[in-house]
Amino acid sequence: MSAMNQWEMVIGLEIHVRLDTESKLFSGMKASYGASPNSQVSFLDAGLPGTLPVINQKALEYAIRFGLSVNAEIPEVTIFARKNYFYPDLPKGYQISQMDDPIVGKGHIVIETDAGEKTVEITRAHLEEDAGKSVHDKYDQYSAIDLNRAGTPLIEVVSEPQMSNAKEAVAYMRAIYTRVTHLGICDGNLQEGSFRCDANVSVRPKGQTELGTRAEIKNLNSFRFIEKAINHEAKRQIKILESGGSIIQETRLYDAEKDQTRSMRSKENANDYRYFPDPDQLPIQITKEMIEAQRALLPEFPEAKIKRYVEMLGLKPDDAEIIANDINLSKFFEQSLSQSKAPADLNAKFLLGEFSALLNAESKTIGDSNIDAVSYAGLLDELQAGSISRKVAKQVLDLMWEQGQSAKDIIEQQGWGQISDNSALETLVDELITNNPNQVASYRDGNEKMFNFFVGQIMKQTKGQANPVQLKQILEDKLKQ
Amino acid sequence: MINISIREMSEMLQTKKISVQELCSLYYDRARAFNEQTNALITLYPELCAAEIMHAQETVKSGGSVLAGIPLVHKDLFCTKGKKTTCASRMLENFISPYDATVVKKLKTQGMVTLGKANMDEFAMGSSNEHSAFGIVNNPWSHQRVPGGSSGGSAAAVAARMVPVATGTDTGGSIRQPAAFCGITGIKPSYGRVSRYGMVAFASSLDQGGVLAPSADDCALVLSAMTGHDALDSTSANQPQWQWRKPESPDMRGLKVGVISSWIDSLQDEGIKQLTLQGIEYFKNNGAEIIEIELPHAELAVSAYYILAPAECSSNLSRFDGVRFGHQTAQAENLEALYRQSRSEGFGEEVQKRIMIGTWALSSGYYDAYYLQAQKVRRMISDDFKQAFAQVDVMACPVSPELAFKQGEKSDGVSMYQADQFTIPASLAGLPCLSMPIGFSQGLPVGLQLIGNYFDEQTILSIADKYQQQTDHHLKMPEAYL
Repeated sequence: MSAMNQWEMVIGLEIHVRLDTESKLFSGMKASYGASPNSQVSFLDAGLPGTLPVINQKALEYAIRFGLSVNAEIPEVTIFARKNYFYPDLPKGYQISQMDDPIVGKGHIVIETDAGEKTVEITRAHLEEDAGKSVHDKYDQYSAIDLNRAGTPLIEVVSEPQMSNAKEAVAYMRAIYTRVTHLGICDGNLQEGSFRCDANVSVRPKGQTELGTRAEIKNLNSFRFIEKAINHEAKRQIKILESGGSIIQETRLYDAEKDQTRSMRSKENANDYRYFPDPDQLPIQITKEMIEAQRALLPEFPEAKIKRYVEMLGLKPDDAEIIANDINLSKFFEQSLSQSKAPADLNAKFLLGEFSALLNAESKTIGDSNIDAVSYAGLLDELQAGSISRKVAKQVLDLMWEQGQSAKDIIEQQGWGQISDNSALETLVDELITNNPNQVASYRDGNEKMFNFFVGQIMKQTKGQANPVQLKQILEDKLKQ
Repeated sequence: MINISIREMSEMLQTKKISVQELCSLYYDRARAFNEQTNALITLYPELCAAEIMHAQETVKSGGSVLAGIPLVHKDLFCTKGKKTTCASRMLENFISPYDATVVKKLKTQGMVTLGKANMDEFAMGSSNEHSAFGIVNNPWSHQRVPGGSSGGSAAAVAARMVPVATGTDTGGSIRQPAAFCGITGIKPSYGRVSRYGMVAFASSLDQGGVLAPSADDCALVLSAMTGHDALDSTSANQPQWQWRKPESPDMRGLKVGVISSWIDSLQDEGIKQLTLQGIEYFKNNGAEIIEIELPHAELAVSAYYILAPAECSSNLSRFDGVRFGHQTAQAENLEALYRQSRSEGFGEEVQKRIMIGTWALSSGYYDAYYLQAQKVRRMISDDFKQAFAQVDVMACPVSPELAFKQGEKSDGVSMYQADQFTIPASLAGLPCLSMPIGFSQGLPVGLQLIGNYFDEQTILSIADKYQQQTDHHLKMPEAYL
C-alpha cells in the first residue's frame, strides 16, 4: 500500500490575467505585446519624477465584469495601494496594486471534478500593474531592461485553498480561463504570459483539518505544467514529512525540463512590501450604474449554455457541449436558430455534420465562413419545408459556399425543389398504375418487393424530387384499392 | 520700478511705458547681481528665452493675460522641459526633465517669462533651506539668518525683488513659513486646487503648489492662472479654473474670524505675539466679528505629520535608485551595492533620515501603530476644522512661533519640526491658507496666517488684500536690495 494514500493535498491558486486593454493601467501608452524593446514606455512607465498615475477606466470595467462572472461582490469603493520593493525592472520602486478594498470581493465558481461538481471559493481579485522585464542573457557584462510590459494591467485572482488534487487545480484554472476569454477581457495567450498562475501547495495527513506549511510555486503558464508541478511538489513534501523533516515556507520555481521545483527564496528572506494606500490616487467610487453596465455585457457561459441547449432545445449533450464551448460556433448556431423555422436538433445535426465537414474541407472555421448565419437559416428552412432532401441540401450548401447565393435561388435555378404537392404526385401515381397493370397485379398478389419498382419509377420521372414520405403514403393508398 | 504690483507692471506693458524685454531684463539683471548674496537661485538661465519674450510681447499686444511679460522663477522641483530640475539634490544634479509640469505650462501659456529655478530644501524636506545640496539661502533681511523653507529660495528671491513672483510648494508650511520669514505674501491653496503633475513629489497627499509674491493681489493673479482640473493628476479637484475677484473696499463687516487664544498665548516671542494680536485687532476695527474657536486635536498634528510625510516620501523617493536617471555610483559590486551607494551618495542627511523614518513607519508590525494611528489623527483634525468652519469664515493664527533664526543655530531636528506646529494642521486637512506680512520684530518680518474653508481661496486672499489696501508691510524691502 502506498503511503501517498494517507496524505491529502491542499492547493490554492493565484492566477494573473493580463487584461486585453488598448493602453496600460495608469498611463495612456499602448500595451500591445511583442513591440521592440522600450518602444512603449511613457514618462510614467519609466518612473520619471513628477509623473502621476491615472486609472484606465477600461481596466476597471474589465475587472468588474470578471467579478460579476464569478458571482463576486463588487465594493462601493476600491483603493489602490503601493507594494514597495527595489528591482531594476520596477521603475518607480513600487508596484501599484491593491491590498485592502480590492475591486473584486468574495466570489465562487463551479468546476467539474472526477467526483462531480465542486464549488471553489474565490477570496478576491485585484487590479495591479505588471513590472518590466529583465533580460539577463543578451549581453555579457550587463542585464538589459525592457519596460514595454511595465504598467500593463493585470488582475490577480486568488482562490481559497480548496483544491485537493492537481486535476482539480487544472479544472479550476480552465474554468477561470474560459471565463476571461468568453468575457473578452483577456486574449488567453499562454505563451505570451497573458494567463499565468502561482500555486500554493501543502500536504496534510488525511483527516487533519489544520493546514500544513505551504510552498508557493511561481509562474506556471501551461495547464500541463501546473498539473505536473503540483504533483511533483506534493511528492517532495510528503517525502520530507515521512522522513521526519518539516516543510519550509518558501517560494519555489518549477523547471519543466527537469520536472522538478527548486527553492527561490524562503519566508525569512521575503520582502516586507510596506503596503500603504497610494496617495497619488483618491479612493475610486464604483457606482451601481457602472456595475449594471458591466452586468449587461456578461455573456452566457458554456456550462449554462449546455444546460439550456439540452433542456430547452432538446440537443444531445455531446452536440450541446461542442457548440457551447466554441464561442463563435454557438453565436452562429443561435443566430441561425432565431432566423429559421427548423427545429434546434436538425440545425445542430446539420451544423456539426454537413456544415462542419465543409468547413474542414475548406480549412476554415465558423468565424470566417463564407456563409453567414442568416443564409444558413434559409437553407434549413428549405430542408424543413420538405422542398429538398437532406442529400440535396448538402449540394445546395456547397453551391452557397461557392456562389454566395441564397438556398432558395440555388434550388430554383437547379430545379431541385421536391414535389410535395399531393395532387401532382397523385396524378403521376394514377398514370403509373394505369400504365403498369402487370406490376400492380403482382404487388396485389403479395409481391411486396414490387413497391420499390413504383417508387423508383416516380423518382426517375421526377428526377428524385418527389417527397419520399408523401409518395410512399400515396402509393400505399392507391395500390391497396 | 522694482517695487510695484503685477497689475501696475501689466499696465505699463499695455501702455508701452516699458517693453517685455526691458521689464524682464531689469529683473534678470537684479537676479544675476543678487544671487551671490542670497543664493536664492540654483539655476539662473544664461539668458532670457527669446521665444518666451516674443510670446509674452504678442500676448501683451493682443491685450491678453495680465500676467503676460511678468518674469518669475519656479521652485526647482517643478519640471521644466529641457532645463535642469534638481530638487536641490545631488541625486538630480544633472537631471533634465523631458516635459513641463502643468503649472509651468499654464504660466508659460499666459506669457510669463521664466528666469531660472529657485533654491529649496532638498526634495522640499526642511524648514530652513539649510538642507540644499547647492548651499544655504541667505535671508535678504539678515544674511546670517535662514529664509525659512522649504521654498526658501522662492521667498528670498521675491524679498530681494530678484523676481516679482515665484512659485513654491507647501507640504507642511513650506510656502507660509518662508513667506513669513522673508516679509512677503505666500499662499498654499486647497489640496487638489493646483495640479501636482510635474511637481516632484515629497508627500503626495499633502504637497500643493502655490505662489509667493509681495502682495495678496499678486499671489491671487498668478494662482488663478495655475488652477483648474488636470486630467493628468487623479487628485486634482474637479473644479473649473478659479477666478480672483479683487475686493473694492477694506470693509470687513459680516466677516467671522476664528482665533485660537491658546495658540497665541503659547507664543514665547513677545514681538510675534503683539503683532498677531494687532493683526486680529485690525480685522475687528474693520467690522469683522472675532470668534474664539478650538481645534482639540491640533496638538497631535506635528507627530502625525512626521509619520505620514516621511512614510509617503520613503516610497516616492524609491525611484531614485541610480538605475535609469539621477546619480549613479561610480563602481558597485552588485545590485544592492548599486542601490545603497547611489542613494547614500545622492541624498543628503535630512532626506535619508526621513526615508528611514518612513520606511520604519510602514514596516510590518509598526504600520498599525504608527501609520494608521497617524491617519486617524489626520481625520480627527479635519473634523475639528469642519466644526470650526461651521462657526467662522476664516481663521487667523500665527505662522511660526519664531522669527527667522540664525543659520546653523538649530542642530536639533525635532525642535525644527516642532516649529511647524501652526502650519501643519491646515496641511493635514488640505485647507487653503496663506501668510501675510504684519510688521517687524527685532528688524525681522512677522507673518500672520489665514486659513480658509475648502476651495475658498477667495475669502483669505480678500482679507489679505483688504489689509494690504491700508497697510504697507508687504511693500517693505530690505535696505541692501533697494
